[in-house]
Amino acid sequence: MGNTAGQAIIEPQPRAPQPRPAVVLKEHIIEIISDSGEGAQRCGQSFGAIAARSGNGIWTVEIIPAEIQPPHRSVAGASGNRIRLASGPVSNGGNEADLVVAFNEQVLLSRLNAGEIKPGGIILMESKWRTDRNAGIAASYARVVDDIRARGFRVYEVPMEVECLKLVPDARKGKNMFVLGMLCGIYSLDEGLAQAQVARIFGKKDQKIIDANIELLNAGRAWAEANLDLHFSVPAKRSTQTQVVMNGNAALALGVVASGMEVCAMYPITPATSTSHYLSSIFEKVGCVVHQAEDEIAACAFAIGASYAGKCAVTVTSGPGLSLKQEALGLAVMAEIPLVLIDVQRGGPSTGLPTKVEQGDLMAAIFGGHGDAPKVVMAVSTIEDCFYSVITARKIAETFNMVVMILSDASLATAQQPFARPTFSEDWLAPPVNQSAVPLDAKPYDWDPRTGIATRFIPGQPNGMHCLTGLAHDRGSHVAYDPEINEEGLLNRSRKLAALQTTLRLPPLCGGDSGEMLLLGWGGTLGAIEEAVGILRAEGLAVSSLHLKFLQPMASGIGEVMKRFTHVMSIENNWNDPLSDPLITPENRRYSHLALLLRSRYLVDIDCWGNARGQPLKPAAIVAAVRAKLGKE
Amino acid sequence: MTENLSQCMMRMVETDYVLSDYQSDIAPRWCVGCGDTAILTAMQRLCRDEQLAPEKTVCVSGIGCSSRLPHYMNAYGFHGIHGRALPIAEGVKIRRPDLNVFVTTGDGDCCSIGAAHWIHAIRYNMNMTVLLHDNQIYGLTKKQASPTSPIGQKSNTTPFGSVLLPLNPLTVTLGVANVSFVAQAVDWIPDLLYDILKKAYHHRGLSFVRILQRCPEFMDHRFDDFVRDPSKMRILTHGNGLRLSPEVSRVYKNQETHDPLDMGRALAIAAIADEIPVGILYNDPSVPCYDDLRAGERPSTPALVETVLREEFDKVTIWPDDAEPVAAE
Repeated sequence: MGNTAGQAIIEPQPRAPQPRPAVVLKEHIIEIISDSGEGAQRCGQSFGAIAARSGNGIWTVEIIPAEIQPPHRSVAGASGNRIRLASGPVSNGGNEADLVVAFNEQVLLSRLNAGEIKPGGIILMESKWRTDRNAGIAASYARVVDDIRARGFRVYEVPMEVECLKLVPDARKGKNMFVLGMLCGIYSLDEGLAQAQVARIFGKKDQKIIDANIELLNAGRAWAEANLDLHFSVPAKRSTQTQVVMNGNAALALGVVASGMEVCAMYPITPATSTSHYLSSIFEKVGCVVHQAEDEIAACAFAIGASYAGKCAVTVTSGPGLSLKQEALGLAVMAEIPLVLIDVQRGGPSTGLPTKVEQGDLMAAIFGGHGDAPKVVMAVSTIEDCFYSVITARKIAETFNMVVMILSDASLATAQQPFARPTFSEDWLAPPVNQSAVPLDAKPYDWDPRTGIATRFIPGQPNGMHCLTGLAHDRGSHVAYDPEINEEGLLNRSRKLAALQTTLRLPPLCGGDSGEMLLLGWGGTLGAIEEAVGILRAEGLAVSSLHLKFLQPMASGIGEVMKRFTHVMSIENNWNDPLSDPLITPENRRYSHLALLLRSRYLVDIDCWGNARGQPLKPAAIVAAVRAKLGKE
Repeated sequence: MTENLSQCMMRMVETDYVLSDYQSDIAPRWCVGCGDTAILTAMQRLCRDEQLAPEKTVCVSGIGCSSRLPHYMNAYGFHGIHGRALPIAEGVKIRRPDLNVFVTTGDGDCCSIGAAHWIHAIRYNMNMTVLLHDNQIYGLTKKQASPTSPIGQKSNTTPFGSVLLPLNPLTVTLGVANVSFVAQAVDWIPDLLYDILKKAYHHRGLSFVRILQRCPEFMDHRFDDFVRDPSKMRILTHGNGLRLSPEVSRVYKNQETHDPLDMGRALAIAAIADEIPVGILYNDPSVPCYDDLRAGERPSTPALVETVLREEFDKVTIWPDDAEPVAAE
């Protein structure tokens, strides 16, 4: 589903007073960009929701500045939303945008500079700046418009504010609904669905407010029909399946509810926090608690305490929080307390890129703590996956008395995608806390030699009293420094990972079973990689991909699959040293995380491609990288 | 805690725990003369006298000499990581109101590496009893100055004497919003230590007991003047605080009647430098507890989970036949 395939060539037309027949497209990528607080995000989300309800495939991406109120009209302050709108299902944000609505020229520059707008793309500009009283602003606007016109972009100047002021006293508050109407008109989205969406947004407010916004919506549509030669249709087919639309963080939150966990302990951190926001709004309704702790360490310790007392808990964080929790995670490993940790990855190191995507935490998740601390690490790759993975994670955590980490990322966090509405099953939930008496001769760490699993004793269980400790301990949980006893503990904690590993199945390959190139990926890059594979195969290249869900432990069979391909390359949204750098050699090159893991395990010369630019990987960029690697440029 | 009298009587008859029921099979490994031993004994006496079921009793600790205490109790113990005893204990308690939670921590564990948790634990005011074993020195890591070490204290990290004034755990605790119970005890008056722990245990909320504790290895003679001269001990008494036995009263004549609701006087007592106050400095049973505030109106059940999930999914559902339920939101 290449983006170019859906691009229609539109000849410039004189302004048409009547709606023209729509140009049919397979897909289009639309961006709405404004200053923070002007409502572009709400406009974009609403547009996505209307499209999804129409039956279109969508993928939305939020464009978020790191500050709450960055300076107005600033490149760094661009805030908005990208919607990939398609006839069929879409699995990622796609390549460059086809049409951009910009509320000022500075926020537009931010997207242009980032290379996010397709050459020759359509740009709808708020025109009020042309006559701004501040001569500097007016000149800046005129300069940018002239410049982008000269560069071949199709610029339409839209008097958004002027039109809004005809209806409302404060155009800054209503402009986003006007734009929403304009976009619905351009893309032939149903008027009724659009109005219903506006009613949904302002549902809790006064009818007058709903009516005023619907008026703006209708005005936007009417203005577009009367003044723009842009009229597209991206045919939609309503799914025969009942679907839900949400973003990754909302899906994680619902997954927590569905998993039967009763305690979530967290500390605010971007981009993980919206999971806890949503969970906070619903968790008490099911008799559960979101505890906002005093810091990341306390959040982890609190969750460990709750798990120890029989209520498997979850802690939700992002990169810096993961680093802070590491010592406590080691305690959970050593004492064999079940725990689920959700890490919504962002750009690092340090504070890094708080609102931007990166797959930079894999090594920290697997190896971050001191000593040998085996933990289960799994990655989510779609919005639906976010929901079900939490249920799986809780089950693994409680079956093996282990820490289970779920890696999501800043892109999945805010991306919206429809998926089949889950059907509730009681099997998702945790069993009641065991409070039965423990046999008198039983020991708290009576490791089963076949699995390494010991049945843990939960406070309240008669005869089960023991002192759990983060120190090395024997089967009776007594502090012990003897070499043999220490080794026995290490062996059994590691053995649990091996026992889990025997139950894992390798995900199916995308593409063919053998060929020239195998791409390896994990997490949120799934859609972009598989789309790239589709394009490359259509070009006749024997390229396939394998996307891993479990990173620690990994399913058997990866080595066998790799043998069937001439080249193997990981595609990751994290740093690797480019061999083009004069200082970099195959001996000192630092590889991407998954590539490094697989190289050490399989002794295969696995290459890697990717970047850590804070943007999701684009299918076209992956296609280009693979072509280059195969010498097919 | 909510059992009625007859149930309680039944349990007494059935079990009748004795002191040895709270002693684990591990002999304490503290140094000879360590004040921690007196604290352990007082804890075990308290458990026996309150007939706490060992399986319903959880002792959480951090790291340090103090934090070995859970190993020596026959109860559920959680010997955690340095400084984090309080958040672990909060997690234990949040969904398990049936458990009796004790926290044993030291001056390094609580007042240094765990200081953030200490402040916030006071603010959460969850139902638990916190014992701060304060020997004014790092023991397990072999004699480094702690935040409560007196100025001029020579140690392995302050060979020429420490240069900072010590932090006063009593005034700090009293200064935190939602503080509900603050007391001070000393290891060398076991009867009062026991009485104070008993008051602390019966307080609903977080009871914070600072226990001045002798370290014969690294702080030998630190409290000698106070141990030898009972007049340097100021005993706080009140109808709502400690009531002294004639024996104690005869030895410790320096007494002050102090109303535990009098915060102003509590702060003044906490700041006394030349004497050691012993007793209940502050006790306000009306402060709400976080575990009660967050207990929720109903227990989590599968039916409840199913209902809430259905409601949430309804808000974001695209129905295939356009038959969207009108009242979904």
